Amino acid sequence: MKWTKKDLLDLESLNREEISMVLDTARSFREILDRPVKKVPILRGKTVVNMFFEPSTRTSASFDMAAKRLMADTVNISPKTSAVQKGETLLDTARNLEAMKIDLVVIRHMSSGAPHFLASRIKSGVINAGDGQHAHPTQGLLDMFTMREKRGQLEGLNVLIVGDVTHSRVARSNIHGLIKMGARVSVCGPSTLIPMGIQDLGVKVYYDLDKAMAEADVVNVLRLQLERQKKGLLPSLREYSQLFCVTEDRLKKAKPGITVMHPGPMNRGVEIEPAVADGASSVILDQVTNGVAVRMAVLYLLSGGEGSLSEAIKKEA
Amino acid sequence: MKELKIQKTEGRIIIKNGRVIDPANKRDEVTDIVLNDGKIESIGKAGDPDPKAQVIDATGLIITPGLFDMHVHFREPGREDEETIETGSRAAAAGGFTGVACMPNTTPVVENQGIVQLVKSRQTAYCGIYPVGAVTKGLECQELAEMGDMFHAGAVAVSDDGKPVTNSNLMRRALDYCRMFDIPVISHCEDTFLSADGAMNEGALATRLGLRGIPNAAESSMAYRDAQLAALTGGRLHIAHVSCAETVDVVRQAKRRGIKITAETCPHYFTLTEEAVKGYNEMTRVNPPLRGKADVQAILEGLKDGTIDCIVTDHAPHSHEEKEVEFDQAPTGMIGLETSLGLCWTNLVETGVLTPSQLVEKMSLNPRGILKIGNNKLEIGKPADLTIFDPKAKWTVEPEEFFSKSRNTPFKGFNLTGKTVMTVLEGNIIRS
Repeated sequence: MKWTKKDLLDLESLNREEISMVLDTARSFREILDRPVKKVPILRGKTVVNMFFEPSTRTSASFDMAAKRLMADTVNISPKTSAVQKGETLLDTARNLEAMKIDLVVIRHMSSGAPHFLASRIKSGVINAGDGQHAHPTQGLLDMFTMREKRGQLEGLNVLIVGDVTHSRVARSNIHGLIKMGARVSVCGPSTLIPMGIQDLGVKVYYDLDKAMAEADVVNVLRLQLERQKKGLLPSLREYSQLFCVTEDRLKKAKPGITVMHPGPMNRGVEIEPAVADGASSVILDQVTNGVAVRMAVLYLLSGGEGSLSEAIKKEA
Repeated sequence: MKELKIQKTEGRIIIKNGRVIDPANKRDEVTDIVLNDGKIESIGKAGDPDPKAQVIDATGLIITPGLFDMHVHFREPGREDEETIETGSRAAAAGGFTGVACMPNTTPVVENQGIVQLVKSRQTAYCGIYPVGAVTKGLECQELAEMGDMFHAGAVAVSDDGKPVTNSNLMRRALDYCRMFDIPVISHCEDTFLSADGAMNEGALATRLGLRGIPNAAESSMAYRDAQLAALTGGRLHIAHVSCAETVDVVRQAKRRGIKITAETCPHYFTLTEEAVKGYNEMTRVNPPLRGKADVQAILEGLKDGTIDCIVTDHAPHSHEEKEVEFDQAPTGMIGLETSLGLCWTNLVETGVLTPSQLVEKMSLNPRGILKIGNNKLEIGKPADLTIFDPKAKWTVEPEEFFSKSRNTPFKGFNLTGKTVMTVLEGNIIRS
C-alpha cells in the first residue's frame, strides 16, 4: 500500500489501512529514538513550517523534534511573532510561506476547520496539530500507538474517555480512530460537557465514573479547562473532582492492569490524582515519547516516503 | 460595472399573452396588459393591435405585481465596498424585485430622520428603496431611537436586525410606541446567551465538526417572548428570518390567538440543511444558522399553511476577503436577490408546496401589505410595477454574472428553474 493523501486533517477521513500504515511506520521510527544519535537523513532538503496559533509546549516541540530528527529544516511561527499580529490573514501568511518553497505546514489553530481551509487552498501538505474542538489527529494516532504498544492490539479494547468531551479535539480523534480500529469507546463526564449527538459517533455515554471504569481496559483522562466553571458549565471544581477525578480508589475498583493515559497538560488533583498520574498504571510519559515517533511517521509519509524505509533508517546522520 | 437597460416608456406598450398572476385581484389568466405612458391602461385581450404600439410577446411568461423583498442589507452608508444602494438595486431589479426594505445596521446606523433621508436620496431608477429605522440608538439596546421622526421621514418599519433587542422592557416599549404609526417592529430573534460563540446549528454534525452549536431555542424562545409582548401592547410584530420548527409553531399559535404577528423566511432555510456546512464552507455561515431536515419540513409547512407570510432574502453582501477565512471567523450572511426567484420556483412551486399565486403573495402582496407600501396589485390608471419571468427557463447559478458587488453565495453551480426576464418600475422597463 502507498500513502496517497496530501494532508492529514483528521482521523475521520482515514481508513483502517491508512491508520495501520501510520502506526506501523511509527514503530520503525520509535526505535531510532533510543539510539545514541537520534537522526536519520530521510527528509534532508525538505522544509517544514510549524504554525502554532495557540499556546503549545509538547505538540509544537514534538513536531519540531520529529522534523529535525528526520533532518528537515524547520521554521516555527507563532501568532506573537507573525504578521497575523499586523492583521494579515491566515491564508496570506500561508501563501507567503509557500512562495518560499516549503514542503509541509503543521498548523494548530483555534478555529475548527482551519487546516481544511488551508489545505484546499495551498499546494503544500497540511498537518493538523489541533483545530478548535474538532480534531487532533496526531494525538489520536499516538494514543492508539501507545495503546497498541501496551495492550497488544486495539481490536476489542475497551477505552474510556473521561472529562470535558465537548471541548476536546483529542476525544473526537480518539473516537474516530479507535472505532475504526475495532475498539469499543465510551465517554464519561458531566452532562454539560458531553456534546449533543456524541452517540452518533458510535460511543456509549456514562455520567457515573465508577460504573464507566468497571469495564475499561484503558482510561484516557482529558484536561479540564479551569474556566469552564466561570462559563456556567460546572458548579465547582471541587464537585467536578469528587465526581470525575480518576483517583487511586477508583483505580483499585477497576479491572486489574488498567492503563491510564492523559494527553496533557494535566491539572493534578482536578481530573487526575498525582498518585495515579505518576503511578504504575500511567503511560503518560510514554505517550510523549511515542508522539515524536508518530509525528516522524506522518512527516515521512506526507512528504512522499520514497524508497525503502528500513534502508533509510539504517543511514545515520 | 455591469449595466441594466432602462427603457423609458412613452406611448403604448402591449404585453401580450402573458400569464397574469395578481392574487389581490384573484386573477390568474393568460391575457394582455396594455401600458400607456407607463400607466396600466387595460388588463384583458388587447383587441385590434395598435400599429404604433410596441408589442412585447410574453407567451409562456408570468407577469405579476412587482416582487418586494422586505429584508436586505445594502451596506450604504459605511461599507460601500461590499454593496451600494445602486449596485444592490441593480441586483434587485435583475432578480425581479421592484422594491426592497433596507435594514438599518449600516455605519452610521439608520437611527434618525437624517439618515433615513440619506438612504432614500440614494434611490435609483432600478428599484424602490424603503428604509427601515433602528429600534434602539446605535443598535445598542440602551435607548429607543427616534422612531416617530424616522417614520415621518419615510421609514417603513423599525428593527435592530443583525442583533436582538435583548432588553424585554425596551422591546415592549418599542412595540407600544410603534402602534402610533402602525408600523411593524421587525424582530431578529436571538437569545445571545444561548447562541454565544455558536457557528452552526447545534447537534450531532456540529459535534462532529467541532463547531459550537446554536440551538433552535435561541431563536424560538425570543420569538415567544416577543409574541407575548405583542399581545401585551397590541403592537405589530414581524419575526425576521425564521429558521426552525419551534419558531414556526410560536408564530402559528400566536396567530391563532389573534396576536398581530407576521413572519418571514429566506430561500436558504428551505433549500439547504446544516449538511451544507460540511467541509467548512464559509458561504454557508448564516445567522440564524442552517438547520436540520425537520426544520426545513416545518418551514415548508409554515409557508403552505400561511403561518409564514413572506419570503425575503436577507441579502447580506460580504467582500471576498472578509468571507475567505476560517469558518468561525467568517462574517455571517449570504447574498440572495439574484437567486431568490429561481430557488423559490424550483423548491416551492415545482415541488407543489405553493401554487404560483401563493408564491406571488409571499414575494409581493404580503410584504407590501405588512409595510403598507402600495403597488401590490394591478390597477388601471396606476404606474405599472411588474415582474415578468420565465417559469421554464433553466439556468445555472454563476455568481460572476451577478449585478451585486459581492459574490458570497453557497448556490454557485446550482441548477434552477425560473428566471426574471424583465421588471417594470414606475412604467419603465428594466432588463439585462
